[in-house]
Amino acid sequence: MRLPAPVKPQPVRSEQIILFRVSGQLFAVSSASVQEVRSVDTLAGSAREIPQSEIRKVRHMVQRGEHNLYVVNGAVHFNLPASPAALVFVLRRTRTALLVDGIEKMTTMTRLQALPQAFCNEERNWYRGVTAIDQIVVPVVKPEGFLSPDELFALDSAIDPALTPTGESTDTSSSTPSTFSADSTLDSASSVQ
Amino acid sequence: MTNLPESESFVLLRLSERRFALAAGDIAELVAPSRVFRFPHQTKEVEGVVVRRGRIVPVIDVAARLLGRRLTARRFYLIAQRRYTTGTEWIALPVTGDCELIFAEMIPASEADLPHVAGWLSHDGDVIEVLNLNALTPGPNPTPLRASPSENLQQEAFS
Repeated sequence: MRLPAPVKPQPVRSEQIILFRVSGQLFAVSSASVQEVRSVDTLAGSAREIPQSEIRKVRHMVQRGEHNLYVVNGAVHFNLPASPAALVFVLRRTRTALLVDGIEKMTTMTRLQALPQAFCNEERNWYRGVTAIDQIVVPVVKPEGFLSPDELFALDSAIDPALTPTGESTDTSSSTPSTFSADSTLDSASSVQ
Repeated sequence: MTNLPESESFVLLRLSERRFALAAGDIAELVAPSRVFRFPHQTKEVEGVVVRRGRIVPVIDVAARLLGRRLTARRFYLIAQRRYTTGTEWIALPVTGDCELIFAEMIPASEADLPHVAGWLSHDGDVIEVLNLNALTPGPNPTPLRASPSENLQQEAFS
């Protein structure tokens, strides 16, 4: 008699996340979404002020190659009280560098629950969902939710005159050393450990 | 032969000095208050979330809309089912007193009633609003109140 083949247990899908704080509030972001973690001090030399930004949460930008990274103040984005940021997350596949207070820890989430539909406003763009870590509910941020296409367009428009006063593109990458150069790049995991 | 409306079951809930009713079929359970987790959002009706049976459930204080003020004290959370176009989710409604299961006939709301009123009950000498959670609580697309069998009967009886 042939016994049925044993059913292999399905591996639990898990995701590495970084728990971080903005204005004391705990958030999570997928580690895979964070390209670099840097100290704000390392940005100070290369960040440029955006003089006429209509987007209140963005006051600075960093040029990186052909792209501008916009530095988003996490506290302003989430309407939280202002707090001194110590770290910057450069978010992968976005043009966002997020100012945060600090990293709480790295951990693993095994379940991401969709944001309940009762939350029906702007927060649906902010979060991928919510998860419970150590019996605490934490919202998991959506990296692309910090700057909408309209906001990016407004920011690009605001800095364009500054970058191209004569209407021509100015390559500042060669004259201004980037703090995001490859040899100074930190892996988010290594910076936490 | 005339079809008379049948009694339905409702849960009476207390918000401060007033009582309201919900269809019993929409209620999952009544639980003691637990820790409310708060995080930034823009939906003012949602206080935060609680964890119940492994689910993350939004807490919605409906007193602000029904009484014009938020509850300062709460005794239980009534876990109710909120229907959305894409499915049903639990919501936690803070209440200030015991809840009671009753059987009564509901008089459907009229056009003059506010959208959150699904109908009316007469119970113990009080006239009690039956709440339409779809209209009372936030959601992406307010869905119309489902028609219960007794409502259909009522409409037929009144036609």
